[in-house]
Amino acid sequence: MKTGGPETNALLYLNGVTVSFDGFKALNELSLVVDSGELRTLIGPNGAGKTTMMDVVTGKTRPDTGEVFFGGTADLSRLDEAEIANLGIGRKFQRPTVFENLTVFENLELSLADDRGTWGTLFARLTPDRRDRIVATLARIGLADYSWQLAGALSHGQKQWLEIGMLLIHDRTLLLLDEPVAGMTDRETEKTAELILDLAKGRTIIVVEHDMAFVRSLGARVTVLHEGSVLAEGSIDHVQNDPRVIEVYLGR
Amino acid sequence: MPSRIEHGKSVWGPGFWAPFSACGVILVLAVPILNLWVPQSSAAALPDYLVPLLGKYLCYALLALSLDLIWGYAGILSLGHGAFFALGGYCMGMYLMRQIGTRGVYGNPLLPDFMVFLNWRELPWFWWGFDHFAWAAAMIALVPGLLALVFGWLAFRSRVTGVYLSIITQAMTYALMLAYFRNDMGFGGNNGMTDYKDILGWDVHESSTRLGLYVASVVALGLGYLMCRYITNSKLGRLLLALRDAESRVRFLGYSVTNTKLFVFTVSAVLAGIAGALYVPQVGIINPSEFSPANSIEIAIWVSIGGRGTLIGPIVGAILVNLGKTWLTGAAPETWLFVLGALFVLSTLAFPKGIIGSIRQIRWVRSRPSVALSAREQA
Repeated sequence: MKTGGPETNALLYLNGVTVSFDGFKALNELSLVVDSGELRTLIGPNGAGKTTMMDVVTGKTRPDTGEVFFGGTADLSRLDEAEIANLGIGRKFQRPTVFENLTVFENLELSLADDRGTWGTLFARLTPDRRDRIVATLARIGLADYSWQLAGALSHGQKQWLEIGMLLIHDRTLLLLDEPVAGMTDRETEKTAELILDLAKGRTIIVVEHDMAFVRSLGARVTVLHEGSVLAEGSIDHVQNDPRVIEVYLGR
Repeated sequence: MPSRIEHGKSVWGPGFWAPFSACGVILVLAVPILNLWVPQSSAAALPDYLVPLLGKYLCYALLALSLDLIWGYAGILSLGHGAFFALGGYCMGMYLMRQIGTRGVYGNPLLPDFMVFLNWRELPWFWWGFDHFAWAAAMIALVPGLLALVFGWLAFRSRVTGVYLSIITQAMTYALMLAYFRNDMGFGGNNGMTDYKDILGWDVHESSTRLGLYVASVVALGLGYLMCRYITNSKLGRLLLALRDAESRVRFLGYSVTNTKLFVFTVSAVLAGIAGALYVPQVGIINPSEFSPANSIEIAIWVSIGGRGTLIGPIVGAILVNLGKTWLTGAAPETWLFVLGALFVLSTLAFPKGIIGSIRQIRWVRSRPSVALSAREQA
């Protein structure tokens, strides 16, 4: 096992990552490189390993073999979820997971880039500076009027935005968005695409998505996963014309 | 949910301090006045035997409060909280035993009666220091606190949650009960410790001492409440609610779920230990039955009936249920367990928010009827 990082400028570097559950290989020798500042979309049929890839990067699942490096030096396969989050990797889940019994404002307050220690949290003060950042984020995700509402009472689309806002306010380096427009109306999907393109200025984002119209609207480099490894990579037109991709995914 | 209702209002404003101080003053003054200055023949007089009984209720209230902090806010249902209560009680019991001195049945200047009875020659090492109140006071907080820290670290680090955690806390208190039943543990076996004489130089049977212990219980409950109110209204309190509802999401935000849970679990155990320490001199005995799993389940019932996640609810629940218990076990002893069971089923099915939770919900719905509607309209 290497102690230092691989020699690359990539922000996220996966090499030969395999994860198997009871003999089923969710990831099979997956290698993926995402550069700093890149917006990348990840597509693939069900069971292609998209969510497992995110689980590996965020520390929820440990790879059986392979290397996972962040920023060239941090070995993500050895850190736990909280440590990885504190490196600057944020994740939005497939189903919106906001804290339903907290208000929209409080959801963002917990997400602020602040002391995460128990004492620091116990004695934390809501300074004007922090309040301003929360208010600014509320405006950016279009939830300024819902500040004091319990997050559980938001609509599905609003929850998705709140969750994106929770990643945004922390100033993460890398955001992993798992199906951010699942279950959204067309209008909400459009708005979300605008929000993501706006977020992509200044940070690295990986979006997993099924909705091809949405992927096209992002206009980013596309990686197609199939049976746990990369099948094709390139522009959306490139991958849509790839006969292997058509065979396993788009053709059906 | 109930705790979120107060948002917008100041948590520490006069709207809180006025009723809080009023309750405190009434609790501290009314009992001594009715007990000491109202003639015993008067109907309003409080007989001596009721003072420690009220003190006992307050200890139960503090115990219920400690469980609410972890169950109502962090979702940790400990069904072994009686163990921390009993450990605090045993530490106080050991101090009280050392105060007996040569006034025991055997008149042994070095050893408590039960050790003389067992033919022990010298005081076991873990009894060292219990002659001094300061040492005992430190142990009352440290022993339950350390057990909670070690137990909690093992459980939370391994991500044991929900019903599994409840089961292992039951196992913990059961194991401690079996251990404390053994004579060679050095804590008096199944008889426990009793026949106390003095506490801090005052005779425990004197009514003034009992009033003092009662007032100490009021103060402990008040301070415990203030501390829990501070914790639950801090950012950490919001983090507790967050991890109660979506634990893994909290991890992905970068917080340590283990450390957060460990903190409140330990604070809660220390509060329970203090409650136990105040309980023992007022009831006059501590024995291993305090560790029995059924006791710990009863605490959860008080909290549930009063309303979990409200802090006031468990205090109200503990006092009301125990008043009912005292009355009913006198009037119709064989019915008490059925009534307790029925109360629990009823409160779970009909009033899942408990007494205080239900009241708050009604007030909240009345005062802010438009919130849920306007959200739906705009969405």
